[in-house]
Amino acid sequence: MKYMFIMRATDEAIEASKQVPFEEILNKMGAYNESLIKAGVMLAGEGLADVSEGSAFVVDFSEEPPVVTDGPYGETHELFNGFWIVQVASKEEAAEWASRCPLGPGSKLEVRRVAEADDFADFADNEYIQKEALWREELGKP
Amino acid sequence: MSEAAAVDAVRRRIDALWRIEGPRITAALARATRDFGLAEDLAQEAVADALAQWPEAGVPRNPAAWLTAVAKRKAVDAWRRAEMLDERYRTIAHGLPDAEGLSWEPVDDDVLRLVFTACHPVLSREAQMSLTLRVVGGLTTEEIARLFLVPVATVQQRIVRAKKTLAAAQVPFEVPEPHEWGGRLSAVLGVVYLMFTEGYSATTGDRWIRPDLANEALRIGRVLAGLVPREPEAHALVALMEFQASRFAARTRPDGTPILLADQDRTRWDRGQIGRGRAALARADALGRGRRSYALQAAIAECHAVAPSVEQTDWARIVLLYEVLGRVAPSPVVDLNRAVAVSMATGPAAALAIVDRLASDGALRGGHLLPSVRGELLARLGRTDEARAEFTTAAALARNDRTRAVLEARAADL
Repeated sequence: MKYMFIMRATDEAIEASKQVPFEEILNKMGAYNESLIKAGVMLAGEGLADVSEGSAFVVDFSEEPPVVTDGPYGETHELFNGFWIVQVASKEEAAEWASRCPLGPGSKLEVRRVAEADDFADFADNEYIQKEALWREELGKP
Repeated sequence: MSEAAAVDAVRRRIDALWRIEGPRITAALARATRDFGLAEDLAQEAVADALAQWPEAGVPRNPAAWLTAVAKRKAVDAWRRAEMLDERYRTIAHGLPDAEGLSWEPVDDDVLRLVFTACHPVLSREAQMSLTLRVVGGLTTEEIARLFLVPVATVQQRIVRAKKTLAAAQVPFEVPEPHEWGGRLSAVLGVVYLMFTEGYSATTGDRWIRPDLANEALRIGRVLAGLVPREPEAHALVALMEFQASRFAARTRPDGTPILLADQDRTRWDRGQIGRGRAALARADALGRGRRSYALQAAIAECHAVAPSVEQTDWARIVLLYEVLGRVAPSPVVDLNRAVAVSMATGPAAALAIVDRLASDGALRGGHLLPSVRGELLARLGRTDEARAEFTTAAALARNDRTRAVLEARAADL
């Protein structure tokens, strides 16, 4: 089964992390990623760019058509700033790996199981399930 | 939580921890004791201690460190016992650092030694697979039994016997000498791939795919590629397994009935997995030492993985890859697959000639593969009666219930 670790941090934690030499963070995260790769469990992972650079924005669907804004980032308590996808044998193994992530106070990992084909087995013939798979293929071409 | 539930929760936690820490702890024990069998026993004792103590005392703050410390103490005790039993041992040990100073921190090479020992050629295939899952994969006996659909006692016996065999043959806890390296590495890769194929296309039983077993093989393959990053075939094997596993979701209907390549819904192939397969094959190629068996098979699997449909598949390239594979690793199964590719690239008549030659050699006699391919070619040539007879023969020879059902249906449909 696959799990996604979704990394969140409070604004204070992000500010605090800026006091730590970036190289130190790189080394710790690098060692963690290497341990996941060496164990053969890491499928994917990305870190997201700092919102302060201005590349981030929000599409809000509470109106029609949706509204694109620079985002309510100033008000969010926890910012999504990276993720991993790991393949493990159990929820406990996912928990074990997640708790080894080198994060500090103010940071959290939200751990979610990735839905797989079996989850939709009862709907495999559904036109929209099939269409979604097709879109995914078009988007996901390596 | 009831007591039983609490014990069960701790056991699941330990199982998860052991998958992560077990191989390195066992490797460190084997290096400290210079005895693979003893190391494995001590490792299991550490797990048993945890299972006995944690439900009551609580899981320690750093459970991995706890397991390592207990294992280390057991190694030291074993070392002291040996020292007391054997005067000569004491003399040899005299110059060694004291117990606390025993070099402990395991290195990748120790895990690699575990791999080579678990896949040693003195062991049977079943023993190699069970031992690899246990010491390299960190699986429990119960988990291994579930993967192979055999009783727990059977796996226990296999492991006990395997350790005795290794001891009797005085197999050292070492990586092979340079002159043996190539052959021994091939054997290791062969064990991992056999494990994968056993999961990918179950030879017996009523299920066609056992994804858990295949996924364990893939995980161990990735670990192995990390341990020998300069070996192209290790990366190529990972690539091959990634490509094949990318089709799991599309290979069976919800009730477990197999769906053959031509009829699979390719939108259900796992594109992320295909991407990882391509990356692994690129790593193998980047080493610049040419393509051998697994790389060629991976390249063939890649042709399928990137083709939008059966018709748009680059069959000419697949024929060529099979021709090269047939020279690098000659096998009647490769020739049979080449025949299928030829039938797609050129037509069924040219393919039938290859299959008939194989049939007259008798190399694949007794298996369902040859008659099922021959049946398919005859059907395409309009020789319906002969085709039906071949499918019936193939169905009678199939050992997997699902495969048999597919072949019987094929015969009935003609």
